[in-house]
Amino acid sequence: MTTTEDRPATSLQPTRGARFTGWAGNYIDERTSISGLVKELGRKIFPDHWSFMLGEVALYSFIVILLSGTFLTFFFQASMVPVVYDGSWAPLKGIEMSAAMKSALDISFDIRGGLLMRQVHHWAALLFIASIGLHMLRIYFTGAFRKPREINWLIGFLLFVLAMAEGFTGYSLPDDLLSGNGLRIIDGMVKGVPIIGTWISYLLFGGEFPGTDIVGRLYTLHILLLPAILVAALGVHMLLLIINKHTQFAGPGRTNDNVVGAPIMPVFAAKAGGFFFIVFGVIVLIASLFTINPIWVYGPYDPSPVSAGTQPDWYIGFADGALRLVPPGWEVVLGGYTLSLNILVVLAVVGIFLVVVALYPFLEAWITGDKREHHIADRPRNAPVRTAIGAAGVTFYAVLWAAASSDLIATHFRLTIEGVIHGCQVLLITGPIIAYFVAKRVCVGLQKKDREIALHGYESGRIVRLPGGEYIEVHEQLDDYERWKLVSFEDYTPLMIRPNAQGRITVNQRVRAAASNWFFEDRIAPVTRTEIEKSHSHEA
Amino acid sequence: MANADDGQPSNPRVGTTVEKYNDDNMPRPGTAVVASDDVQNPGFPPFRPRVADLYPAKEREQERRISGLFFVSIVGSVLAVAAYIAFPIIAGDIGSVRINNLLLGIGITLGLLGIGVGAVHWSKSLMEGHDLVEQRHGTRGTDATRAKAVDVFTLGNKESGFGRRSLIRNSLIGALVVTPLPAIVLFRDLAPATDPVELLRHTLWAKGVRLTKDPSGTPIKASEVTLGSAFHVIPEGLNDLHNKLEEKAKAAVLLMRLKPEDLNVSPERADWNYNGIVAYSKICTHVGCPVALYEQQTHHLLCPCHQSQFDITHEAKVIFGPAKRPLPQLPITVDADGYLIARSDFTQPVGPSFWERSL
Repeated sequence: MTTTEDRPATSLQPTRGARFTGWAGNYIDERTSISGLVKELGRKIFPDHWSFMLGEVALYSFIVILLSGTFLTFFFQASMVPVVYDGSWAPLKGIEMSAAMKSALDISFDIRGGLLMRQVHHWAALLFIASIGLHMLRIYFTGAFRKPREINWLIGFLLFVLAMAEGFTGYSLPDDLLSGNGLRIIDGMVKGVPIIGTWISYLLFGGEFPGTDIVGRLYTLHILLLPAILVAALGVHMLLLIINKHTQFAGPGRTNDNVVGAPIMPVFAAKAGGFFFIVFGVIVLIASLFTINPIWVYGPYDPSPVSAGTQPDWYIGFADGALRLVPPGWEVVLGGYTLSLNILVVLAVVGIFLVVVALYPFLEAWITGDKREHHIADRPRNAPVRTAIGAAGVTFYAVLWAAASSDLIATHFRLTIEGVIHGCQVLLITGPIIAYFVAKRVCVGLQKKDREIALHGYESGRIVRLPGGEYIEVHEQLDDYERWKLVSFEDYTPLMIRPNAQGRITVNQRVRAAASNWFFEDRIAPVTRTEIEKSHSHEA
Repeated sequence: MANADDGQPSNPRVGTTVEKYNDDNMPRPGTAVVASDDVQNPGFPPFRPRVADLYPAKEREQERRISGLFFVSIVGSVLAVAAYIAFPIIAGDIGSVRINNLLLGIGITLGLLGIGVGAVHWSKSLMEGHDLVEQRHGTRGTDATRAKAVDVFTLGNKESGFGRRSLIRNSLIGALVVTPLPAIVLFRDLAPATDPVELLRHTLWAKGVRLTKDPSGTPIKASEVTLGSAFHVIPEGLNDLHNKLEEKAKAAVLLMRLKPEDLNVSPERADWNYNGIVAYSKICTHVGCPVALYEQQTHHLLCPCHQSQFDITHEAKVIFGPAKRPLPQLPITVDADGYLIARSDFTQPVGPSFWERSL
């Protein structure tokens, strides 16, 4: 540490700009010792793959949400005080509505750029949740949740739930007809909860539904509490990303012990920084061309009217679909108390589904017994059972999601409403099972194909006629770099049941061995060196 | 999880240096097969040069292209400001809102995409393109670090006596458990003091209250209700209330006239309809959406939210969907002037089920 404010010595006469950056850097470092951070992180390596962008899209759309949302707070009034609309939108003139709805209309029709910011905010929110979902699927199908990243998976899951909560609270704020109906459904579901449901609903709405408090309360959650937790969790998510370093796909020269890619300064910074502007730009472009959530068409909330084809925002669809698929009559009265199974079963199914998603890394780690660190992302085909479970989960979610639009499906395809619901009910059970087996077969098939190509090369499309008149297609061999991508994955065998130190075989052991057997049974071993040599000598 | 009884021999070849840098604590490999014969990593492929690497002359072209994109961005941002001023919103003219939204948006888009595409293009075409390699290290701290961390806790425990002075410790834990209680109790006044269950049992309907049209509030004469017609109904006086929406959320009613012979009336409800005019709660017994879609031919009501269907000819019993209970019926008759009136309130709570509903 120097005690004087000496400027850094340079041998050549520096330019004015260089002198200034030198002085500024020195000034800041002497007060923050930031040079250590720059040294540590400045040349950190980030591997490259298109699928790694999905998480970036989520991060950048969140920044867009913060920016556009802040603008909206300057104009929005989170109040349910009844007022008479007198703004620019003629069809609603003179209609009584809440101050929240009026201010949302004013943002849309009386403030320049207000409609644009509202639409940027809504589109960015949709992109945020969509990209989180795709990002999670990418992590899942490549096994990037394995040790040491299980905790970061949990944090990511928390972010996904928070994003949905942010979406729902935000959607409810304008107090239009659709958002009011959404809240009505929430009220109905809360009331279905045993013992405390009636009171929870009463406290939440500050009295009877709809009351005059809910918009203000959701506003506090939407702009203060939830974003604060979200930003904190996002910070930890990023921090763990830096500590664990990014995974990479298998490739020549890449191992479990290194990271190959571009350094933060300058290439990754330019790419990622540029990509932020691209994501922002695309959101603004969509917002300037396509209308989203036209509250002026729906009108203010009124508990009596509702339009046909009522739809929640798409990310809530799976829960709404689950409500629709409950068979008739699922409600019982026990000892005078009403048990709304038609709601409780939905809460349980959706809840268990989410818990399984959250805990999957721990389940798989237990089944495989694998305690090693994994930094090479699997190709989905090389973990057939995991991929098949994922396909089953996606199918389950997709059926619930489709069920939320059962009436629209019925009208578009000229089917009966009952038929669509019954079809979805059947698909909800059979779909995941079919998807599981199909995906597993496809994975094993692709593994076999990989083996074939690694050993015998690919079809070149060149037909050669041999002197004897026989026609053959020439196969081109892969070079070592291309072949490496096909053969560099790990082979596993199922756990065997062995007695423990006391000579006993525990139930835990048996279950685990059975699970492991199921997980690793059908698997194609990677190509070995001997096999390649053999096949080459054979073909030569 | 006892890994010792996994039954797999721990093979020192398994595990990359990420795990092996500290051999004593090397994690178990689980069930990975160790092949002695696996294909060797061929090492890094040769660098594939880009246009600018091969032809230095092209570098100038790339440079111009990138700065051109940044200029596009400047132009876009200026255009956005110009559009904000030149295309204001004219009161009552919705077209002006659209133009403002479109031009402002396109300007901002250009401003953003110019920077974004330019920066990415710069990084891909001109910046140093060789992949760099960084070594990973195991995530766990070194043994020395971990020993130090353990020391910190041991010292902390020793110097404070946290483990030894169990009275202090346990009373502190007790205090910490109890402190949040006031915070929970404070939330009681989120809602007024009244018991919600009582409120849910009653609506604005009472003996003699006139059925009026929603939303105008004009009373309905029985003679107005022709065969096959349906009315959205609210109780008289609802529009003058300050808590109008809360009352409407319970009291909204759908009024229909069927041929009396089409109705299957149970004996205790014999006088609840008036010449085939029946009134049912419009609030779905599932989760409370308005059951607003009336199918005249079949006399079915459909809830647009979750597709529950109710059959009006059979006292609104559920014929499809997740709802369990029929829509509550409002007993009606006519007063001396021929206007439809309620005979009483609903005889059961309307809307979604709740825990205390049948008590």
